[in-house]
Parts: sequence; C-alpha cells; structure tokens
Amino acid sequence: MESRIRILFLIAAIVSLSGCAATKSLFGFGGRDEPPPSAEPPGQVIDPQVERREIREPRIDRENWEIGAFGGVMSIEDFGTDAVYGVRLAYHLTEGFFVETTVGTARAGLSSFEVLSGGARLMSESERDFIYYNLNVGYNILPGEVFIGEGRAFNSSLYLIAGLGSTRFAGDDRFTVNVGLGYRFLITDSIALHVDFRDHLYDIDVIGEEKTAQNPEGHLGFTVFF
Amino acid sequence: MAAGNTTTTHLTRRRIRSIAAALLCATALQLAAPADAADEYRTVTVADPYIEMHSGPGRGYPVFHVVDRGESVEIIKQRADWFLVRAGRGKEGWVKQEQMNRTLQPDGNTFSVPRPSIEDFTNAKWELGVLAGDFDGANIVSLYGSYSLNPHVSVELWGSQILGNFSDGWMASANIVHETWPEWRVSPFFTMGAGIIRTEPKTTIIQPEDRTDEIGHVGAGFRIYITRRFLFRAEFKSYVVFTSRDENEEVEEWKAGFAYFF
Repeated sequence: MESRIRILFLIAAIVSLSGCAATKSLFGFGGRDEPPPSAEPPGQVIDPQVERREIREPRIDRENWEIGAFGGVMSIEDFGTDAVYGVRLAYHLTEGFFVETTVGTARAGLSSFEVLSGGARLMSESERDFIYYNLNVGYNILPGEVFIGEGRAFNSSLYLIAGLGSTRFAGDDRFTVNVGLGYRFLITDSIALHVDFRDHLYDIDVIGEEKTAQNPEGHLGFTVFF
Repeated sequence: MAAGNTTTTHLTRRRIRSIAAALLCATALQLAAPADAADEYRTVTVADPYIEMHSGPGRGYPVFHVVDRGESVEIIKQRADWFLVRAGRGKEGWVKQEQMNRTLQPDGNTFSVPRPSIEDFTNAKWELGVLAGDFDGANIVSLYGSYSLNPHVSVELWGSQILGNFSDGWMASANIVHETWPEWRVSPFFTMGAGIIRTEPKTTIIQPEDRTDEIGHVGAGFRIYITRRFLFRAEFKSYVVFTSRDENEEVEEWKAGFAYFF
C-alpha cells in the first residue's frame, strides 16, 4: 500500500518535471504541436489601419398600442336611449389577440313608469349618470382588405371582444359583463376607424325585482397606433 | 351622503370629458407631426434567397412583392410579429418575424429581435396584472403591480373593486410574495399582507352607513408562464377584516387572471 502511494507521488513528481520530454509525451501532455522554430524572423505582421465604423442602430418603432375615442348611442334598459362617448386603449399581443380597456359615459332618461306616473322619480338626477369601464380580450376573427375604387386597398378586421368591468348607475357600482363585435378599418398603417356593437349586462333592482339588464351600445370611434 | 354622491359622479364625468379632450389633442398632435419618425430607419440586408412582403400584418394577407438576396430594406415599424419594411422603389409591405430573423445587419450580424423566454419570467423585475373572481359571494376585479426584490421574493400593491348584491366597495392592500421554485413554468407562491377595505351598502338596502376597516390576509396560488411576457395567475386568499364591532369578519377570496412582466 505504502509503496503504491510512493509510486503515485513519484509519477506526479516526474510529470511535473518540465525538462523531461519523454515523460511528457508518454502521458500525452505538452507541446507536441509546437511548430519547429523558424530560421528567419516572422515577416511584417499586417497592422490593420482601418478605422472601425461606428454603427448606431436606430430603434425600431414598435406600434402595439392603440388609443382613441368613440361616440355613439346606448340603450339603457328601462331608461331610454342616449348618446354615449368614451375612450379606448388597446394593446396588440399577437396578430390575432389584443387586450382592451374602455371607459364610457352616457345619461339615462326617464323610464316609462316615471313618464306615466307624472312626478314620481326612481332616482336623483346625478344617479342618472351612467359610467362604465371594461377590461376586455379581443380577437381579430376576420382580418382582410377593403378595396375602394380601382387602385386603393385598406386593411381591415372584424373582431370579437368579451370582458368584465363595472358600471356606476342609479347610485351603485354594478359588476358588468360585456360582449361585442367590432370592425376596424385602417385608413393608414397607424390610424383606424372603428364601428362597434356591444352589449353590457348587469343585475339591477331599481324597478321592482332584480333582473339582468341588457344595455346595447353602438359606437363609431377612431384610434391611433403608437 | 346624496350630495357627496352627486359631486363624485359629476367629478368623474368631468374627468372622463377632460381625458377624452386630452386624447383628442394628443392624436391631433400626432397627426400634425408625422415627419419626425420618418428621419432614420434601421436597414437590414436579405440573406435568404428572398423575403416575402405581405399586404397586411396578419394571417392570410397575400404576398405582393419579394425582395431578393443581397437587397436591403428599411424597417419602418413593428406590430406584434410583423415588420413594415420599405424596399427599393418605395415598395412597402409587412414581413413576418421569422423571415426578418434571417436578414443581416450592416455589421454582418444576424438581425434578431429578442424574444422573451421563461428565464425572463423567472428574473423579471416588474409585473402588472388584472385578476377577477369571487370575494365572499361578491364579484371582485383587481389590478396589481409587483416588484421583485430577488427571484424568490417580491412586493405587491393591489387595488380591487368589490361588486356585490348588497354592497360595493374598494380594497387596497400591500403584500409580500414568496416563490419557492421561481424557475418552474408553474410556479407556486405564498403571500401575506395588510390593507384597508371600504364597504358601501347598496342604495336600495337600508343598512348602516359606509365604513372603512383594516384587513390582514394570507394566501397561496401559482403563476404559469404562457408566452412572451404573459403569465396566468390564480390564487386564494383568506382575509380577516378588523371591524369596529365585537367580532372580526373572515372572508375567502378566489381569483384568476393575466399579468404582463417586464
């Protein structure tokens, strides 16, 4: 045992001896690939005089956001139809999917009960303000092109949206689900016209018992990609 | 209380109007000054036999032009996975990212747009998300922002709107999140925090007035990396509402949603 260890130490000592060429090649170390020393000194090494060109890469303009405003009409169940307007912000995740948030406001009119009963009012004037926000997911279901005349083509897309949010109406915030269909018409690569039809659904108990109200909305909007 | 409501609603309406006005101004400005972006574009050279220019940035738009190997194109803009490029003679069209990734930059390197991966999911500093779900029978919609102190620990700020049958409310809270295996695609986490809750009973229900209480919570959930910079998140939280009454309230919350990290 002891002699074996001694042999190991010996081998290590031999290997570490740099002068012993034979041992080096035996164990596969060392400068076997060393080129033979050349007789003449190396020629003139080319010294590159070329100045490195500084390349400043301009940033690529990413246009995944879409912002804009819209206006249209909205029918508030039991409370007539009125003008609606608001703003929209969207982010395009892929060529198909986008996420979108809208904030809109309208003003409810009188219900038929209020009209027929004369003076009775179901809510105060300020409670007639109808304000909603929504967070939606959208999908461009039918992308395409529109041809106007012989030589003009515009990109367009029919999309579906669905999402949730809240509506403040009749003094309370109401959990609201909305679904819709929209049409985006790109006037240029960055400016779009929208036509949207959406339905906002929430539960309300202002007129008698609680029910799910349908509040369809149709609006025209325009957006800018940035 | 009615007067308070009136002012709030009026304020909100006015705010929306001013936001709309500001937006219109901003878009008008952008329309008025389209030239500033037109000064300098990045140029790449086609290395494949050709790249295809489509008439629109999406599936199905036809190829109307090809740019041959050796020609160069200017990149005007990017939208999702598509690049609007300008080739010789002013031809403009949309090229898919896969083809753009095989073009060469002026310095000879391959042009490539970094694509976020699961490593970014593990190491991202910031996260922004929206979740919705059930808060003790009421609907809840939440928005949160998160900052990672390290891959395992992050701090979060939450704002939630609670929409119930009998009362509405708001909740704001701060919490700390611990992820045991942040490098997993499905990464479980534990969380605890504190905040305040504001409860406003419905106008059609006769109840005591609005109240604000402090809350504390613990919870658990998981984050799942989907693709690019998006993740799915689902969680359960158990809240204790420290009411001014004799008994504290306990509330359970389940919710799920999506987040974006950067």
